[in-house]
Amino acid sequence: MNSPRFNNFVNWILARFPLTKVWNEHLAKYYTPKNFNFWYFFGSLALLVLVIQFATGIMLTINYKPDSALAFDSVEYIMRDVDWGWLIRYMHSTGASAFFIVVYLHMFRGLLYGSFKKPRELVWIFGMLIYVCLMAESFMGYLLPWGQMSYWGAQVIISLFSAIPIVGEDLSLWIRGDYVVADATLNRFFAFHVAAIPLVLVLLVFLHIVALHQVGSNNPDGIEIKENKGPDGIPVDGIPFHPYYTVKDIVGICVFLFFFSVVLFYMPELEGYFLEHANFIPADPLQTPEHIAPLWYFTPFYAILRAVPDKFAGVLAMGGAIFVLFLLPWLDTVKVKSIRYRGGIYKKALFLFVISFFGLGYLGMQAPTPNATIAARLLTVVYFSFFLLMPIYTRWEKFKAVPKRLTSNSSIGDQLPLIKQAVADITQDTVVTTKSGKTIHLKTPNPSGLRSASVDLAKKMKDSLD
Amino acid sequence: MNNSGVDKTRRQFLTNALTVVGAVGTGFVAVPFLSQMQPSVKAKATGAPVQVNLSRLEPGQLIRVEWRGKPVWILNRTEAALSTLTPLESELSDPDSAESLQPAAAKNSTRSLKPEIFVAIGLCTHLGCSPTYRPEIAPTDLGKDWQGGFFCPCHGSKFDIAGRVYSSMPAPTNLEIPPYRYIDDNTIVIGDNA
Repeated sequence: MNSPRFNNFVNWILARFPLTKVWNEHLAKYYTPKNFNFWYFFGSLALLVLVIQFATGIMLTINYKPDSALAFDSVEYIMRDVDWGWLIRYMHSTGASAFFIVVYLHMFRGLLYGSFKKPRELVWIFGMLIYVCLMAESFMGYLLPWGQMSYWGAQVIISLFSAIPIVGEDLSLWIRGDYVVADATLNRFFAFHVAAIPLVLVLLVFLHIVALHQVGSNNPDGIEIKENKGPDGIPVDGIPFHPYYTVKDIVGICVFLFFFSVVLFYMPELEGYFLEHANFIPADPLQTPEHIAPLWYFTPFYAILRAVPDKFAGVLAMGGAIFVLFLLPWLDTVKVKSIRYRGGIYKKALFLFVISFFGLGYLGMQAPTPNATIAARLLTVVYFSFFLLMPIYTRWEKFKAVPKRLTSNSSIGDQLPLIKQAVADITQDTVVTTKSGKTIHLKTPNPSGLRSASVDLAKKMKDSLD
Repeated sequence: MNNSGVDKTRRQFLTNALTVVGAVGTGFVAVPFLSQMQPSVKAKATGAPVQVNLSRLEPGQLIRVEWRGKPVWILNRTEAALSTLTPLESELSDPDSAESLQPAAAKNSTRSLKPEIFVAIGLCTHLGCSPTYRPEIAPTDLGKDWQGGFFCPCHGSKFDIAGRVYSSMPAPTNLEIPPYRYIDDNTIVIGDNA
């Protein structure tokens, strides 16, 4: 590789394109906090899923027909008659759900470690715009198979716009291009799904990363590593992204692909959570399925929509549930970033928020019975209180001392004696003599040890919430 | 040509003028770009009236026909079903259909031209799902007060047998009644009330 010919070629390129500069700025000399943990896998995993979706999506357009008379059959054709078509389609549909799992975990990491706070407000805003684009992308993509859920889901979501006073009816007509969801709607959603929004998405991902690399990554301690530089101008707690985190992320990618493949090969519909059963019936404009619900990643917002007993207010609440996330950097003005050093009030509030998000997500999948509606109303209040009351409840927060340098977590090796001790506490040895005269040492659970261990565990969990 | 200095005000004027012309041009080109998303002439044209023969419609039976791409219900209501309408009025959001869409001739207590034959657009006024026809009295899932009517599976709106919405439901108004007329005793035309 070091032949003069090759060097000449490299120099020819470098004189015309800043390859080394970009490589160094964003990888080899991009210094990242050395204490990244599990939560820091999801950014690069989101990028991986984006690539999977682009690759499989382009392959699907090769055989798909965006025509209301042909769409459903062309998807079945991909599934049955195209070589490996089933695999590509299932990769794309599983990828959609995987995208939201990864992105939700990525966003939750931001909540845990205050990654949206000054100076990373724009990183958060670009990220939220990516999230909104993803929702548009998955919603429009779900119409394309032209099944019953595709059709009625689109009918409901487009009708949301008609709730806007004065312009609403005309706006929803303009979006549909017909008086009901029809061929015109399918055709334009195809254009948006495969061309317009992916372009915006790529641009936003670029901006998200540029904004991140300008300010540098946050970390589980929530300390700015740039405030502590060595004589060489390099943060003392920083390590180059490449090779340290590129290699770490490969481990994350392997684990991710393991789970991804399990779903892909053994349960691609995931009991109707990733591909709904009713969507295997062609769209019928005269008959709504008995039970309609959006895919799991929209159900928290869908539950909020249903919880409000007024059409326009419901739409506002649903939009507000997403919009309020944009305001997060200005709602949570506490300087301490990481949950490790924040007070019990924020931990409890975040805990309640997680419960409300999962609760709403569950209720959004269920039929709207009166009791479920009351529960959804309650959880909607919790959801909004977490954000809107943030400027108030954070005033009473008592913080722990934030260290000046990054801390390190104890490894499993360090914890081994403690684990051994814990096992010894909750078990007791009994010696049993078998009929053949051999003695066997049996470990059986020790009731009193178990009791005290669970009390200790409960105490520890309570302490961690303070 | 004056080489001694640059007249900044002229340059600024040209910049401003170009910005205004550019903005106007963008505004003009936005019209076709946005209008191409409107319903096409073809989509607007396919709204022809639909003729339906009712001679085989049994009491209690509901049939669905397609008009302008929307489901239209035609229901032959029994005497028993019609008798539930008046007692329910106190539980409804708009019992007199004052806020709801229907032809003037159908703005009455049964919301129909003939009391027994109910014609309505089968799309919930909330978000456009098609409600299910639930004629049975007091089924377990709808509660013991249910007198028969329509239930929207999407967001739980309930309507009585004349498509009138109950109070405190997501749906803001009663189901829409399309324009229709009888050409003889057993035949109606939907989409035409001339």
